[in-house]
Amino acid sequence: MSAGDCGKLLLLQAELDGELDAAQAAALAEHRADCPECRRNAATLEAARQVLRGATYHRADPQLLRAVARRIDASGVGAGGVGAGGVGPRRPPRGRPVPLQALAGFGVGAALAAAVILAFLPGSRPGLVGALVDDHIRALQPGHLLDVVSTSQHTVKPWFDGRLDFAPPVKDLAAAGFPLVGGRLDYLRGRSVAVLVYSRGKHVIELFVWPASAGAGEPARAARDGYNVVHWTAAGMSFSAVSDLEPAGLEDFVRQWQQAR
Amino acid sequence: MAPAAIYNHSMGSENAFAAVALPHLDAAFNLARWLTGSRADAEDVVQEAMVRALTYFSSFRGGSSRAWILQIVRNTAYGALKARGERMAGHAGLDEGGAIEDIPDPADDPEKALIASHDLARVDALIGALPVELREALVLRELEELSYRDIAQVTSVPIGTVMSRLWRARKMLVRAAGREGRS
Repeated sequence: MSAGDCGKLLLLQAELDGELDAAQAAALAEHRADCPECRRNAATLEAARQVLRGATYHRADPQLLRAVARRIDASGVGAGGVGAGGVGPRRPPRGRPVPLQALAGFGVGAALAAAVILAFLPGSRPGLVGALVDDHIRALQPGHLLDVVSTSQHTVKPWFDGRLDFAPPVKDLAAAGFPLVGGRLDYLRGRSVAVLVYSRGKHVIELFVWPASAGAGEPARAARDGYNVVHWTAAGMSFSAVSDLEPAGLEDFVRQWQQAR
Repeated sequence: MAPAAIYNHSMGSENAFAAVALPHLDAAFNLARWLTGSRADAEDVVQEAMVRALTYFSSFRGGSSRAWILQIVRNTAYGALKARGERMAGHAGLDEGGAIEDIPDPADDPEKALIASHDLARVDALIGALPVELREALVLRELEELSYRDIAQVTSVPIGTVMSRLWRARKMLVRAAGREGRS
């Protein structure tokens, strides 16, 4: 570590990275209030983050998925290799040599293709988690995200009045790092629901709200296709937060929502 | 929540593999691209890594499937770099090893770094010039938004090492950007 380090440098960084719990963060806040080292290091960390905003995220070419499927087929690892314990060269059974080999290899490619189709076919996955993630993915298509665009809870909340048979709570979490972006109406498993849309950086967080049958319940978590879902009930409402934000980030969102007035 | 466990009950092993691995194809490519510095090499690495992942899939016991896939991608990419005969540290010529952080630098001013950050191509070049073990920590944290624990898993080092690498990476980046901003 560099000279003159107050010893809190990595803690400071951990706070920026969302790795501190509330107690650690509170202890750090007390220290850094009058620590010039921390002020300078915090400026460096913030500058690094700003610079990194310009970094390119290299997305896979759509062709790559097909190439992966072909490569897996060619490797012979796929069908039979996993689970069937097939080690060493596989010999096609007598009588029908080539076609079966080809078919066996086709297994993985077909499975990959099927999984891709499944992931984008609405309604193909039963259950609430599947429905929520489907809906979230649909909403992320251009032009589908918002019915009302506003960062003010005092605009979004009245907008829902008269459009739903319940009044969803709307909270502004900008101070906690999750600015409100707007809202929309959606139809989920046979009923109208309110969707509140928040952002964090380049991530979108959607909070689905509808009247609950039970009173209050602890959060339950699920993950599907790279999306995380946290579901809970409170004050007669069901809440489901859906996002591609990492689990810790989404947990933070849920905590902030529950604590906000 | 263990994705493998969910999917294994209802699907065959290939389907389970597809469900666990496919959502991470972008992440796999992004990491491979940042490690190898070339699109073609990155595509090779991802293909090879996916074959390996399928081979080892029966040993996947849940946990973060993304960290699991990225660990395989990272090891495959290191193998490819080695085969390419490259030093493990960044692009030849640009890399100045660990020396940069020890040189007192008048450009050590976050404000100046921000001026340079507007030139996006330069930002990529600056990150590409970092030593590979710092670059991968930074990419996994800032672009993939992995937790320290997952980064430790992917890069096979203790969490404390992840934290100090991240700090060194950020410091070097700000200094390098500061020099750009000044010139």
